[in-house]
Amino acid sequence: MAAAPAVARPRISLRHRLAERGVDRTLLLLLPAVVFVVALFIYPFVYGLQLSFQPQAGSDAANKYGTGPFADYRLFFSDPYLRNTIWTTLKIGLPAALFNVLASVPIAYRMRGRFRGKRAVTTILVVPITLGTVLTAEGLLAFMGPTGWLNRILLDLGIVDHPVRLTHNYWGVVFSLVITGFPFAFLLTLSYLTGIDPTLERAAATLGAGWWQRFRHITLPLLAPGLAITFCLSFVLAFSVFPSAIMVGEPARQTRVISIAAFHAAFEQYDYSMASAIAMIMGAVELIVIGLVLGWRARLYKGATGGKG
Amino acid sequence: MSRSSTKISELRLDKVCREFGGVRALDGLDLTISGGEFVALLGPSGCGKSTALNCLAGLLPLTGGTITLDDRRIDGLQPEQRGFGMVFQNYALFPHMSVRSNIGFGLRMAKVPKADARRRVDEAIRLVQLEEHTDKFPGQLSGGQQQRVAIARAIVLEPPLVLMDEPLSNLDAKLRLEMRTEIKRIHQTLGLTTIYVTHDQEEALSLADRLVLLRQGRVQQIGSPEEVYTEPANRFVAGFMGYRNELGLPVSQVNEKTVVLDGLGGGLTGVRRDDLGARAVAAIRPEDFTVGDGPNATEVTVEVVEYQGREQAIQARTDDGVDLHLRADARLAPGDRVTVSVPPERVLVFAAESPAAPEEVA
Repeated sequence: MAAAPAVARPRISLRHRLAERGVDRTLLLLLPAVVFVVALFIYPFVYGLQLSFQPQAGSDAANKYGTGPFADYRLFFSDPYLRNTIWTTLKIGLPAALFNVLASVPIAYRMRGRFRGKRAVTTILVVPITLGTVLTAEGLLAFMGPTGWLNRILLDLGIVDHPVRLTHNYWGVVFSLVITGFPFAFLLTLSYLTGIDPTLERAAATLGAGWWQRFRHITLPLLAPGLAITFCLSFVLAFSVFPSAIMVGEPARQTRVISIAAFHAAFEQYDYSMASAIAMIMGAVELIVIGLVLGWRARLYKGATGGKG
Repeated sequence: MSRSSTKISELRLDKVCREFGGVRALDGLDLTISGGEFVALLGPSGCGKSTALNCLAGLLPLTGGTITLDDRRIDGLQPEQRGFGMVFQNYALFPHMSVRSNIGFGLRMAKVPKADARRRVDEAIRLVQLEEHTDKFPGQLSGGQQQRVAIARAIVLEPPLVLMDEPLSNLDAKLRLEMRTEIKRIHQTLGLTTIYVTHDQEEALSLADRLVLLRQGRVQQIGSPEEVYTEPANRFVAGFMGYRNELGLPVSQVNEKTVVLDGLGGGLTGVRRDDLGARAVAAIRPEDFTVGDGPNATEVTVEVVEYQGREQAIQARTDDGVDLHLRADARLAPGDRVTVSVPPERVLVFAAESPAAPEEVA
């Protein structure tokens, strides 16, 4: 009879105990995602990382700094032609991302309610997503090039004497990034905005707040964390700019962005190690910018915004 | 912005109309409210009561009519220029601000000097008994506490008019009673003119000095709680104010003030409230029936008994197959045969074609 208490204790099945810790068959649903992440992100990343520490014999880096693990990095940061691609890319990517986010706020703010033709307006704003970069570049060249419609109109109206150079330079790339990046920023901002309960602004109005005060004290603080995320995504998109930097930019000088440098190393010099190092630097710069933005975001209110989103 | 004149003497609504795409949500509302009054707008959902409130707050433009506050037309003003306090159904507290900042928001917008604002916020916090929660955020508060913040935020400016849009409908039954008393107490303390929207007749009766019953955007009756309760103007108001039995019966004899209907045993005598045709509707409260012999007596079979503490809610059926709702102190069981009676002055007889109240809303 002494063993009775031990027997009386109900045995919980293993399956139940695992389920308590969140381990059950639905975990299998994660499998495809895990496979993809490992095969398409983790493996290439780790491969590239180790490659970047093995300078290729006979490459510029190896000739100058030997075959130590940091030779490629040392070359990148000592050669202004390579190093400056960081600033070139930041100079294009930061303003483009900032513009996309800031421009999307008033438009999304105006469009969050229900009104006639909302779907049509949204479609027009979002269509550029469906256009490839190449098509956008073609369009930019045709419209804003030296003999494009814009310049012809400006010349005919006598506003300018010589065609304005808006392509094959810095501005061409920025325009292209705005055209393709704005719809993303707009859609994200719109969804963050519709997640904010409209009664909050109405409450603020009854408390004497005019439209600017309502935006400044109620909507903006609740929207800011979403804008930070939108900025990060827009920035990552813009920072990896490559095709438009070549097609509507000036890839030799003004718009020699970091991805062009990586491409140059990999497919013209066949220095995969250097290309990997550049890719790693590119990732690090993106991480620093995102880290700064998210650090600022961490200080904001991020709780419920009372809306349906 | 004139926030100075806290006490108003008169708010007048003249033929206020509001249409939504051709549908009249509010159809010619005439109402005069004097300073310090507590008025309840009462009606089922879709009756236009919230529309009326939003029109008053300035959140919805009128499509017709005028609103005047002490001889000043205000219907063209933006909500922020009207300076009315409003309590929203979902509270609409600013989630990123502490309790103190929420309550002080209006004072901040009005650029009230800091020391003065602080004193007034403290006062409001004390009034709604939230002293221990001043630095919390709305998300950390219970529903009842959030409601108190919303009320404090609306009254801290001592607005000429406080608007409340079903403020208790999101609370559980116990808290609802508690907050009801609280709202009454605050009104008695500050004497702020208040307009309160609700679909709950008990809430309206217990809080308001005057009730406005609305149906499909039109006023059905305006009166004191007692007037509306004992002398409903029409069948709709009767149905809404708890006259749960509505018996459609043929008219057998019409006198100047009373009427006799066929049915319910030897005929049902009641008070005539309308011009009657061949058929009429008798409205009777469940609690006006008594078990036992008396006037208008009829024999019924008990069908459903709901225990409600002191008394029981009973559904019974007459021999003619008419269902009656009544209340009884005596312990009855399904299947019992009893005689019930109702005094003739408690039987209100309306014309059969007058509109009925909808089924009771939750």
